Amino acid sequence: MQAWSRFVEAFFNWALVKQYAPTILKGAITTIEIALAVVVTGIVLGFALAVARTWRILPINVIIVAFVDVLRALPPLVLVLLVFFGLPNVGVNLPSFAVLWIVLSFVLAAFAEEIFWAGILSVPKGQWEAARSTGFSFFATLSYIVLPQAVRLTVPPITNRTVAITKNTALGTVIGVPEILNQATTAQSFAGNATPLMMGAVAYVVLFIPVVAFGRWIETRFAWRRA
Amino acid sequence: MEALVQQFFNFEIMARALPLVLTGLRQTIVLCLLVIPLGLAGGLMFALVSLARSRVVRWSMVVGIDFFRAIPPLVLLIFVYSGLPFAGIRLSPLTAVAVAFFLNTSSYYGEIYRAGIESVGGGQWDAARSTGLSARQTVVSVVLPQAVRNVLPDLVSNTVEVIKLTSIASVVALPELLYSADMARSITFNTSPIVLAAAIYLVVLWPIVRFVSRLERRIAW
Repeated sequence: MQAWSRFVEAFFNWALVKQYAPTILKGAITTIEIALAVVVTGIVLGFALAVARTWRILPINVIIVAFVDVLRALPPLVLVLLVFFGLPNVGVNLPSFAVLWIVLSFVLAAFAEEIFWAGILSVPKGQWEAARSTGFSFFATLSYIVLPQAVRLTVPPITNRTVAITKNTALGTVIGVPEILNQATTAQSFAGNATPLMMGAVAYVVLFIPVVAFGRWIETRFAWRRA
Repeated sequence: MEALVQQFFNFEIMARALPLVLTGLRQTIVLCLLVIPLGLAGGLMFALVSLARSRVVRWSMVVGIDFFRAIPPLVLLIFVYSGLPFAGIRLSPLTAVAVAFFLNTSSYYGEIYRAGIESVGGGQWDAARSTGLSARQTVVSVVLPQAVRNVLPDLVSNTVEVIKLTSIASVVALPELLYSADMARSITFNTSPIVLAAAIYLVVLWPIVRFVSRLERRIAW
């Protein structure tokens, strides 16, 4: 019984919960802000890159593929440290949240480009040819015929990848972005108690369980509707 | 431009950092050899338990898997490493990484195996059972081989993610590739060692990333 009460004392100390709730909440708001920013810029950039690739201009495509491959192969934490410690030494000073936002947006853009591109390729060539021969311009073909078919296929993988990358906002703690994990570990060392860390973990679960469940729903909803 | 090269591609500093970075690489390889088999085995276990007839067991597996997919791996790792000591459980960095990775990667691998098992038609089960195979034999010799083949691209691409993820072990001071490179950075005040580490990750992972892209396209379309 004593062990149990010590456990409760260390992880669910009510006084500390009340004391640190505003701190964790502030962290949660930062996490949500960065996550939303990353989702918007990452997906828009990834989509733009995939569309740019349909022009099939060799030098541009080589650059896009190189960008995508490098960002898919490198661990995000490596990129975060590289940008955070590297740029100030060449005279570019960015606040830590901007570093996190830029790095995660680029990573998401790389994965999104690859997924959108696979979607575009999955639309049979005959669709392009038929549209073009009925007098559709290149852009009209792309936006009315190809993309509507391509995007539907990409919804489940994009959702899953987006969830995975927004969870990486926790990496911001390493460079001092005041998101949930950072607030929780700081509070833990002040309080000498694991309650704030437990609160941080709970905050992530509350934020992300709906997102993960939504991803699961999307997957079953779109799974067998491949063109 | 000069400053940029000096700061990111200083070969003299890279050469000095190389021995330290290679020690880190060795640690990363050891780490991968530990956490990938653990995750593959754990995921298979999760997926097989999810096949249980009892609805309670199935739903608790879904909840458990979603729980560990919702928590960022770094949060899990820090919780295991610096939270559990408050409950009297003090783990070494390596054990903490192994535990956190087991919970996280098994959930992801488990979902992949589950999708694979679901992709094998019900007729395969019926046919196998009616030729006299036991339930266990059906799973092991008929369903799993097909299931794994169907989700092979996902298994490989998740493994790439796991290898990349080992870099977060640096946060709990496990001297793997990124940790060693960052140490060299803080000694030399120069970012080149991290570029060197990035180059090593790239050399190892880029061929696999390419391979997965091709595999995915061949199977899906």
